[in-house]
Amino acid sequence: MPDLFRGFGAVFYKEVLHVRRDAGTLFFSLTMPLLQLFLLGFGIDTNIRQINTVVYNADGRRESRELLDRLKNSDTFHIIRYVENDHDLNDMIIAGKTRVGIKIPVDYSDRLIHNMSAQVLVLIDGSDSSVAGQAINVTNAIGLDESLRRVLEDRAAFAVDMRPKLLFNPDSRSANFFLPGLTAIMLLNVTTFLTAFSIVREKERGTLEQLFVTPVRPFGLLLGKLLPYLGIGFFELSLILFFMRFVFLVPIHGSVLLLFILSMPYLFAALSLGILISSKAKSQAEAMQLAFLPILPSVFFSGYIFPRETMPALFYPISYLIPATYFINITRGIILRGAGIKHLWTDGLALFIIGTLLLVIAARRFRNKVIMA
Amino acid sequence: MVTTPQNPSGPAISAEHLVRRFGQVTAVNDVSFRVEKGEIFGFLGPNGSGKTTVIKMLTGLLPLSSGSAYVEGLDVRVDSELVRERIGYMSQNYSLYHDLTVAENLQFYGRIYSLDAARLKRRIEEVVQLNGLAPYMNRLSAQLSGGWKQRLALGCAMLHEPKLLFLDEPTAGIDPVARRQLWDLLFELSGHGITFFVTTHYMDEAERCSHVAYIYYGKIIADGTPNTLRELPDVQPQGTIRVEITTPEVTRALRFARQVPGIRSATIFGQSIHALIDDHLDLQVLEEQLLKNGIAVAEIRPLAPSLEDVFVELTYKHQALLEASRA
Repeated sequence: MPDLFRGFGAVFYKEVLHVRRDAGTLFFSLTMPLLQLFLLGFGIDTNIRQINTVVYNADGRRESRELLDRLKNSDTFHIIRYVENDHDLNDMIIAGKTRVGIKIPVDYSDRLIHNMSAQVLVLIDGSDSSVAGQAINVTNAIGLDESLRRVLEDRAAFAVDMRPKLLFNPDSRSANFFLPGLTAIMLLNVTTFLTAFSIVREKERGTLEQLFVTPVRPFGLLLGKLLPYLGIGFFELSLILFFMRFVFLVPIHGSVLLLFILSMPYLFAALSLGILISSKAKSQAEAMQLAFLPILPSVFFSGYIFPRETMPALFYPISYLIPATYFINITRGIILRGAGIKHLWTDGLALFIIGTLLLVIAARRFRNKVIMA
Repeated sequence: MVTTPQNPSGPAISAEHLVRRFGQVTAVNDVSFRVEKGEIFGFLGPNGSGKTTVIKMLTGLLPLSSGSAYVEGLDVRVDSELVRERIGYMSQNYSLYHDLTVAENLQFYGRIYSLDAARLKRRIEEVVQLNGLAPYMNRLSAQLSGGWKQRLALGCAMLHEPKLLFLDEPTAGIDPVARRQLWDLLFELSGHGITFFVTTHYMDEAERCSHVAYIYYGKIIADGTPNTLRELPDVQPQGTIRVEITTPEVTRALRFARQVPGIRSATIFGQSIHALIDDHLDLQVLEEQLLKNGIAVAEIRPLAPSLEDVFVELTYKHQALLEASRA
């Protein structure tokens, strides 16, 4: 072992002993992600179906009932109640019992029969934008379809026939979308926490101070402390991939080997972040709080839940600073789209650069605030 | 890189005009001292006075703002790496891994110093025997009592056979028996030529050192053997003597003594008062004065100043100088 890495073997072995002694933490940090995997995999479906709907059908004739059948058959609306006046219609929405209220006016059928434009009022609770959007889209589509059928009457085909085809996730399964992203969030979580904790624990105990007055070289110390957690990170990744593939049946279209290779710069960035946190935190409790900080932006600004494209211009650049952004692109790319190294090398490079920057900042902070303080 | 030649008879530590500034603050201000080989050097001073900063400078962790320091003949500014190989360091919180066993702690520190397998085995045996750790080898160090933790920490710090050991408050918070045993061990090791650099808050421990220095706000204000310090003119001004007045009514006696002309200072020590008095003051007369005021006196006798007296006097004098220079 070259002199630069002096002490690596001793530190590495000791760190492995710590991990083995503290089986509780290890178990916890490995099972927490799996728990989240199960919650997200089974519990969340972003496809909006069966929106609770109240109907005030003032017309009540065949044309109006046909329209309601169409709405029901779209799978988007679930009519839970019919009311007899405007007030009840409004009330149901205000009370939160339904999100959509449909009012068919008393002259609906008459106007259609006389080839006049008939209006249908659709009240939508806008407080959940994705539900509202879905309701607007589906009612518009049904209205358009209904109008066209009446105009065209006997002609079988529309002049322009759009045929959308979903690539990569043909059934629009939410698990396929969420689980590859979750991999990135969980990996960041576990490695950042464990690294920060392992260093702050030594700070608290004073053993770090002791190590500085031994001939251990900084590289030997860091590498010895971090490699075990890198190993845990890889194990974690394998575990998540296994459950994702064989329990949640998310097909993996690309190369698993490439995914492991590209996870290295990501884990490197996460470990560096852990070191940065440990240079600031004086106690494990403080480290715990600080380690939560990077999680929120990683969840909200990385494209994990909300598409980055819809972020306000002010926040969009922030997403480029977040390691999870790149790794989510990598996991979704490899798992869902079968992307190869030629599509993803820039993300890998970006992660490597972020990791290096974080490490340099962390190392400087460490020298100034911890060793020389 | 020029390595200073080793001088076997040279001092263990020689620090000359050490200065360390943190921004505007001068934490260590022109500190010079020498520690000879085989000495037990007591480094004293209140918290925040610069003790730890000096240790960090001597162990190469903190660059010197100016001045020079040689440890075991090596320049800490150039050869801090080599310095760290030759010294042992034991911090006040014993720096042990609580979830490792005694044996694992020893093995870890041995391997950190790159001891090969055979030497590591031999040294662990020797250290375990010296510190009496044998019955606890497979116990987690978290389960050891304070005294045993300290022995283990000392054992870890001396595995690589350093000739110089830094002990930072080695006896803080351990029981008196363990304290006594540690000092017996230090004397024994010092007899074998090992030098100790010890910081402590205990005055009785300072009295046991062969050489003490007192640092106050970044400056060394006392440096010498305990006996030479006791005889400093600042501590024992010309024309004064130090007496111990033993009385059952110390508080009343103190209030009275502070009004007597000729008594320069007085402090309570348990059942007695230590006073610095003008030497023309007759002890017989003093005793009669006390009795007249209804204060029973068991004994008045001359007393050599303790190290605590020394440091108190020197601190007062230094404070007065500081204030004078500010005014």
